[in-house]
Amino acid sequence: MTAKLQLNSDGKIKHFLSIEGFSRAILTEILDAAESYSEMATISSKKVPLLRGKTISNLFFENSTRTRTTFELAATRLSADVLNINISTSATSKGESLLDTIRNLEAMHIDMFVVRHALSGAAQFIAENCAPNISVINAGDGRHAHPTQAMLDMFTIRQHKKKFAGLVVAIVGDILHSRVARSQIQALNILGVNEVRVIAPKTLLPVNVEKLGVVPYQDMQQGLEGVDVVMMLRLQRERMNSALLPSENEYFKCFGLTQEKLKFARPDAIVMHPGPINRGIEIESSVADGEQSVILQQVSNGVAIRMAIMALAMQSGG
Amino acid sequence: MSRVLIKNGRVIDPATKLDAIGPVYIEDGKVVAVIQERADFKADEEIDAQDCVVSPGFVDLSVRLREPGYTRKGTIESETRAAVAGGVTSLCLPPDTHPVIDTPAVVEYVKDKAEMAAGAHVFPLAAMTQRLAGKQLSSMFTLKQAGCVAVSNADAFIDDLQVLRRAMEYADSHGLLMIFHPNESSLSLGGCAHEGVVASQYGLPGIPGAAETVAVAQCLELAELTGCRVHFSRLSCRGSVIKIQEAVKYGAKVTADVAMHQLLLTEEQMRPFDSSFHVLPPFRSEQDKEMLVQGLIDGTIHAVCSDHQPQDVDAKLGAFQETEPGISALETLLPLMLKFCEENDVSMTSGLAAITYQPADILGLNKGRLVAGADADICIFNAQYPWQINAQNWLSSGQNTPFWGDQMTGRVMRTLVQGRTVFELT
Repeated sequence: MTAKLQLNSDGKIKHFLSIEGFSRAILTEILDAAESYSEMATISSKKVPLLRGKTISNLFFENSTRTRTTFELAATRLSADVLNINISTSATSKGESLLDTIRNLEAMHIDMFVVRHALSGAAQFIAENCAPNISVINAGDGRHAHPTQAMLDMFTIRQHKKKFAGLVVAIVGDILHSRVARSQIQALNILGVNEVRVIAPKTLLPVNVEKLGVVPYQDMQQGLEGVDVVMMLRLQRERMNSALLPSENEYFKCFGLTQEKLKFARPDAIVMHPGPINRGIEIESSVADGEQSVILQQVSNGVAIRMAIMALAMQSGG
Repeated sequence: MSRVLIKNGRVIDPATKLDAIGPVYIEDGKVVAVIQERADFKADEEIDAQDCVVSPGFVDLSVRLREPGYTRKGTIESETRAAVAGGVTSLCLPPDTHPVIDTPAVVEYVKDKAEMAAGAHVFPLAAMTQRLAGKQLSSMFTLKQAGCVAVSNADAFIDDLQVLRRAMEYADSHGLLMIFHPNESSLSLGGCAHEGVVASQYGLPGIPGAAETVAVAQCLELAELTGCRVHFSRLSCRGSVIKIQEAVKYGAKVTADVAMHQLLLTEEQMRPFDSSFHVLPPFRSEQDKEMLVQGLIDGTIHAVCSDHQPQDVDAKLGAFQETEPGISALETLLPLMLKFCEENDVSMTSGLAAITYQPADILGLNKGRLVAGADADICIFNAQYPWQINAQNWLSSGQNTPFWGDQMTGRVMRTLVQGRTVFELT
């Protein structure tokens, strides 16, 4: 369903809402395109005229500085005009519906929406209900998907490990509430890694998680044994105030990534985190800033990946 | 008054296990004879039911009419007309209208409007607690006198078990049945889909099956403690059926129903984020569905309701989680029941039993039967009739159904209420 919605009649990307349903070939095409944009970022003239005259609207119903900034930068480097709209503080708080907001922006002849929303499925809803010439990129919807984040993670893994076959990847932390984890799991499986593990207490794992194509672990040592990639997730502070976890201390003790625990992974394992980091809660500073950490590369790769996805989506006749 | 003859039809009366081709004679709104020819009968109106089934009109235990209070979603007139178009001639209206059915004035209003609409019979349910707030008992006796047939807290929670206990004791004091929708709020709040594979995959906040089974278990205990007769409304879980089965074995006075769509759809069939599948209780797993089917077949579940909940367009427009739950279901009750019977190798008579005399018996209504002396509430349907659900042939104000646009088999051709034709397919 989602897959059908995301591709146009020629099988090209029209919307980018979820990793689900994309083929390995399409994901690889995105990674390859990102590679050329990534090389471009190191030269002095960083702009290409690919999307000149196009208007891209960043529709953020939920705050996010980092994701919005990289999308903005990506659009600017493709020479598009960017309209940032922070809706958490405007229309919908006045009772305007999601659809009305979209209709108003359509009337301003926007070519692409980059959407972040607190509810799962919001990006798909917009894609299904907006004018047919508009492309929608999901910048995170509820607990459902954050596909551009997952793609930049895949890009970073490929930079370091060259190929996906044979890799063992562990995702650690709040899988239950994480759109990042859901998209990562799908991307890793489509790209053909050997095994995806999730490490978390049961309170932070969705039911039937193994059906998503992962092996669940409750013990960090066992879960990290022999892994090539450790992907940490951000733990939202508000989870501490519910019945999900007893305390930050205990969480760190069990699931925080320390130098000591990292030793269970392969010696050449890389450590990733989508940011922003809670130092001393899910990850120790010496690991976050350490030799195996590729966290800042993820941030730089975010721009290249988003350029690649936006360019591909707009070329499909958007 | 008028004398009506329905001839050439296949007459099915599940209560008497009658299934034969022959006439039905109606006089002054009552059935006077079934199958036996009456040569002396002079009909004012003859209805040819060739190729059709003549069945008792359907009795539906859960139908939201949306009036008073939510008339943008539906009215007593629009929804009782949809009811008879679906063959439903008697329906129960849960008390979660606005204002709530907790005063005789609201009962009177509903009855008057229903009478004017001249569609299906409407049987209002009384709120168990004032304003459904779960705190103070409603004037159940007064509401019974005004015409309520049972008490219920609809989908509103009674969090305090002591209040629930007292309400059950008080209801039983006045011989009132409690219709209970089992749902433990602390386990279900915030959820919008079955806590299972599909919700996990799409990141939808889940409602575990235990939210229902825990409430069933508590209520069964209170039924034993208080002696109150309980009817469980709209079960969705395997565990609920097992618990009720067990309780009945040890003599519990409880009955149960299931919504028609729960016998056909599971979480796996939901189109991702399609709000027409947003329903409470949610579509559950294949194992849950199988147990509900088995429960209906073995008699643990006595009735199938439509769980009709019409919605306006806006209520269903949005991200799945923020849309309102519910399916407009009166007009698909019959074709879905026929489909269910076919899929599960259930006889048409057994299928019809669950939407005619069995629900009527739960409420103690003299409905759902085709015998001499019964009210002539009759549904004449063609079980093979193909049709497509679309705006041209849909009467409910709510077009919110996951079956919208689908091809259906089986259609109500004519519906009579007390001998008078209230719906005829044109």
